[in-house]
Amino acid sequence: MTAGRDDARAGRLMLAPALIALAVLAAWPGLWVLWLSLQRRIPVFGIERFVGPAHYAFLAVDPRFWNALKVTLIFTFASVTLEFLLGIAVALALQGQRRGRRLAVALLLLPWALPSVVTGRTFEWLYHPSAGLLNFVLGGAAINWLGEPVLALPALIAADVWRTMPFVALLCYARVLTIAPDIYEAARVDGAGTVATVRDITLPLLRRVLLIALLFRTLDALRAFDLMFVLTGGGPANTTETLTVYAYRSLFQTLQLGFGAAIGVVVFALVMLVAWGYLRAMARDEEAA
Amino acid sequence: MNDRSALRDGLVLAALAVWAVPFFWQALTSIKPDAALLAVERLLVAPPTLDHYRAVVGKSVMPAALTNSLGVAALTTLLAIALGAPGAYAFARLPVPGKHGLLLGVVACTAFPQVAIVGPLFMLLRALDLRDTWLALVLADTSFALPLVLWLLAGFVREVPIAVEEAAQIDGAGRLATLGRVVLPLVAPGIVSAGLLVFLMSWNELLFAYTFTATEASRTVPVALALFPGVYEVPWGDIAAASMLASLPPILIVAGMQRWLVRGLTAGALRE
Repeated sequence: MTAGRDDARAGRLMLAPALIALAVLAAWPGLWVLWLSLQRRIPVFGIERFVGPAHYAFLAVDPRFWNALKVTLIFTFASVTLEFLLGIAVALALQGQRRGRRLAVALLLLPWALPSVVTGRTFEWLYHPSAGLLNFVLGGAAINWLGEPVLALPALIAADVWRTMPFVALLCYARVLTIAPDIYEAARVDGAGTVATVRDITLPLLRRVLLIALLFRTLDALRAFDLMFVLTGGGPANTTETLTVYAYRSLFQTLQLGFGAAIGVVVFALVMLVAWGYLRAMARDEEAA
Repeated sequence: MNDRSALRDGLVLAALAVWAVPFFWQALTSIKPDAALLAVERLLVAPPTLDHYRAVVGKSVMPAALTNSLGVAALTTLLAIALGAPGAYAFARLPVPGKHGLLLGVVACTAFPQVAIVGPLFMLLRALDLRDTWLALVLADTSFALPLVLWLLAGFVREVPIAVEEAAQIDGAGRLATLGRVVLPLVAPGIVSAGLLVFLMSWNELLFAYTFTATEASRTVPVALALFPGVYEVPWGDIAAASMLASLPPILIVAGMQRWLVRGLTAGALRE
């Protein structure tokens, strides 16, 4: 009995520092941003007053906001889809790998572990119109990848897929390694071909890890900021301006703290909505299984 | 049969090497003279040079930025683990009122968009007069490092057989002593994994660092690289050399501590 009470006390004491830190550094800013979004705050002009939902009302009819939302959703959908197709393919290719596994994993980890600013600078150079490797490989083309409104977003997505596909591949590969070989042996004895084996055995076993990777990757793509900030700054003509870039520009370039906070709240809501939807879907998935 | 599988293995490795070409190209660019960078044909044949590294180390903010990044990332990692390890143990083993809700809150923190909390954090750090200091970045980075450490370590603690702890408690050890002498040594590999992930995230972080720093006193590597100056034209060679320096810790971790990194990366997702 005393042990139980002592344990409860020890639990509170051990948890308190972490929870206090998170309350100050994450929870409080997360709530404060809601309050901030209801104010007009432009420090350079000494403006600071409560305006209620005015910023949200403005966003509802702001074409730049709707464009940023569209760009965010296209970026997220395209980037995550490509990462999954390529990532699963890489994991399946690695499944039969006998030699050089360590090297293979190192080659995969490299793009994922590099700072995203390095990725941005690297792709900026690859995309260079006259001296870039990409145009050279395309037989001396002179395409302005980051300057053409129709090409900038695909170029950005390619850079993002480059650095995040390995995450999906490594998660799938780690799961694939835990599949008992005799399952495949049994399938082979039953005369199942490669396609049938992948379709009926490997992919169903990957289902859970794929769902989790999908959650992580979708949330990260919705929150992505670094690559667009470094590579295009949202341009040309706002074709790569995501909600995060719009929020950041409003906060710290035009210094409208309240308005920028409102866009940040929209990103926040979007992320939480997606996370909530996924968790519900996964709970239902587990009940069904 | 054997030859065929060797060939297959080789092809997979070659494909992955091709995927990594952007990085290798940046590495090659970093050792080619400026005159050769105007065209790919010239870049390929030009003799190597260390000029760009000399320029970056001798005449740019990169050395200061490397020090700042190293300091901020190391301190963030230490703080997140110092706060997170006892908390994770409490989550995994001790009766805490409202534990389920608290854990859900911690997980939710990992999903917070930086761009949403950067405004309030900016105001908080300004009020504390911490702008342009290491401490500002350490505190800001803790907002994403600590939830991750709590989540990962709670999982690793749950893997420790409970009998080991019960034995220590029969011997009269309190919870704190059990944690310090029995549990922490057993989850040391997990702490390394979580620490590496948090170190990398902090090393790579741009948004907070870009916002809360102003001078060489605290500017980190990603900020220095994002703002890398060019006088008349973009100094591609210098930027490539700076990119390589910025990539050094991630490369060393990937090359030398692969096992721990992969374990941390997959721990959250593969645990049932």
